[in-house]
Parts: sequence; structure tokens; C-alpha cells
Amino acid sequence: MRLMSQFGRFWYDFVVGDDWTLAVAVVALLGITAAMAHAGRVAWPILPLGVAAILFASVWRARRAPH
Amino acid sequence: MHSVLLIAAAFLASAVEMVEALTIVLAVGVTRGWRSAAWGVGAALVALTVIVAALGPAIATLPIDALRIVIGGLLLVFGLQWLRKAILRASGLKALHDEDAIYQAEIDDLRRHTARGAHDWYAFTVAFKGVFLEGLEVAFIIVTFGGAQKNVGLAVIGAAAALVVVLIAGAIAHAPLSRVPENTLKFGVGIMLTSFGIFWSAEGAGVSWPGADASLVGVIGFVIVVSFGLVTWARRDRSAEVAVA
Repeated sequence: MRLMSQFGRFWYDFVVGDDWTLAVAVVALLGITAAMAHAGRVAWPILPLGVAAILFASVWRARRAPH
Repeated sequence: MHSVLLIAAAFLASAVEMVEALTIVLAVGVTRGWRSAAWGVGAALVALTVIVAALGPAIATLPIDALRIVIGGLLLVFGLQWLRKAILRASGLKALHDEDAIYQAEIDDLRRHTARGAHDWYAFTVAFKGVFLEGLEVAFIIVTFGGAQKNVGLAVIGAAAALVVVLIAGAIAHAPLSRVPENTLKFGVGIMLTSFGIFWSAEGAGVSWPGADASLVGVIGFVIVVSFGLVTWARRDRSAEVAVA
């Protein structure tokens, strides 16, 4: 039981971590990328630019968090 | 001549995949400890052996894109969390929250756990994923290159030669890497995991990168520029706040 709980906590930390919005945003970006790629559009810039944007947003939120 | 070209092609293509796996294993091993990372590598090799033995040439029918999007996506999420922490630390924002001490305590705790022989699931999982995915790609290369020329044996020779060269390179790189300061290494690992995550998950989502595998270098460069840009911005922003106060 303890092992299961450790295993569950590990995956929670691994996927969710300190900022759950990163995981949600990555899933959304991958969905958009897949849709664009399968529609035959140029999709390769979406993920790098999207990752830069969500990283900026996450650092910006941490910057504004009350100390 | 065809035989030499087949070996060379299998060597180069396999070496690219193996270097990617090596980068991840080195990064995880140096920052989180070698024991669990080695277990991850071993488990991935066992899984690969079972899959290759069970499927043989049918390995080419595995849904590699689905694996890329899942493994790449998880690496991307994990790498982003690591990179975010490194950026906050480098810009001094973590120090504002007294996180430096917490971070140091985490490292000390990790070292105590490692000394007691506790298993580090992070190191295990990241090493496993990197080696498993890249190992599958090497198996694909061998089956497709060798199958196309009707000589899988020569493709295996090329891949085996690549493995020897990459392992030697890893042994050489390991010593200088272990002398790099911990924070700098963590920053580097965040950049590498995020870059590999972007590259693999985008491929899994159906993206064709301009320049194929070579574009990974561009992705790494982009993530480095973005990360250092964010550190500079956050530092400047913080300095301005301190000046006003």
C-alpha cells in the first residue's frame, strides 16, 4: 500500500509538479500541433513558441506571487 | 560498396539516436545519481530485448508516433518544471522565498537517500524513457535499413559500432560533467529535457521538422536563448523593484 502511494505521488510530482498549468498547456499545445499537422499546415513552430510562452507566463506568475 | 554504405548509414543514423539517449542518461546520472539511472538503462535494455525478440522484423509495425508523443510529452512537462525552477533560482526569485536553503536541503536529503540505497524514481524513469525510445528507434533503423538492402546483419554491425563509439564518448564526457556546479547542471538538464521533449512530442504529433534530426540542435539553441532571456528579464525586473523599495 505504501509502495502504491509512493508510486502515485511520484507520477503526480512528475506530471503536475509545482505548476499544474504547465502540464495542461503542454497537452493543449500538443493537441493544436497534431490538428495543424494533420490538416497539412506548417506545425513545427507551434510547440517551441508555445513552450516559450507558457514558460514566460509561469515565471511571470512566480515573479508576482506574494513574498 | 553497397555493404559499406549500408554499414555507414546504419552507423550514422544509430549514432544520432544513441547520442540522444546518452545525453539524457548523462544528465540524469550526474544530477540525480548513477545508481537509479543505471537501473533505468538496464530496465529499458531488458524491455527492448523482450520487444525485439518477440516482434522481430514486425517491430516496424509498432506505433512509434504514439510512443513519441507520450514519452516526449512527459519529458517536456518534467523538463519544463525543472527549467522553471532553474530560471527562478538563477534570477534570484527563489532566494526571495528562501528556496535556496530548501533546495540545498533537498539535495542533502537526496544524497542521504542515495547513500542509504533508496531508489530514485525520477532518475530511473527519465533514463528508462530516453533509452527505451531511442533504443526502439535504433531497432527501427536496423530493420528498415537492413530490410531494404536485404542484409540486416550489416545494419547490426553499423549500429553496434555506433554503440561502442557513443559509449566511449560517454565515458570521456562523464568526468568533466561531474565537476560542473550542481545548479548549472540542473539548468542544463532542464534545457535538454525540454528540448528533447519538444522534438519528440512534435514528431509524434505528426510534425516534419525542417532538416529532420539536425533541427534538434536548433530547438536546443532556441530553448537556451529563451531560458537565459527569462533569467535576464526576471533579474532586471527584480533589480528595479529593489531600487524602488
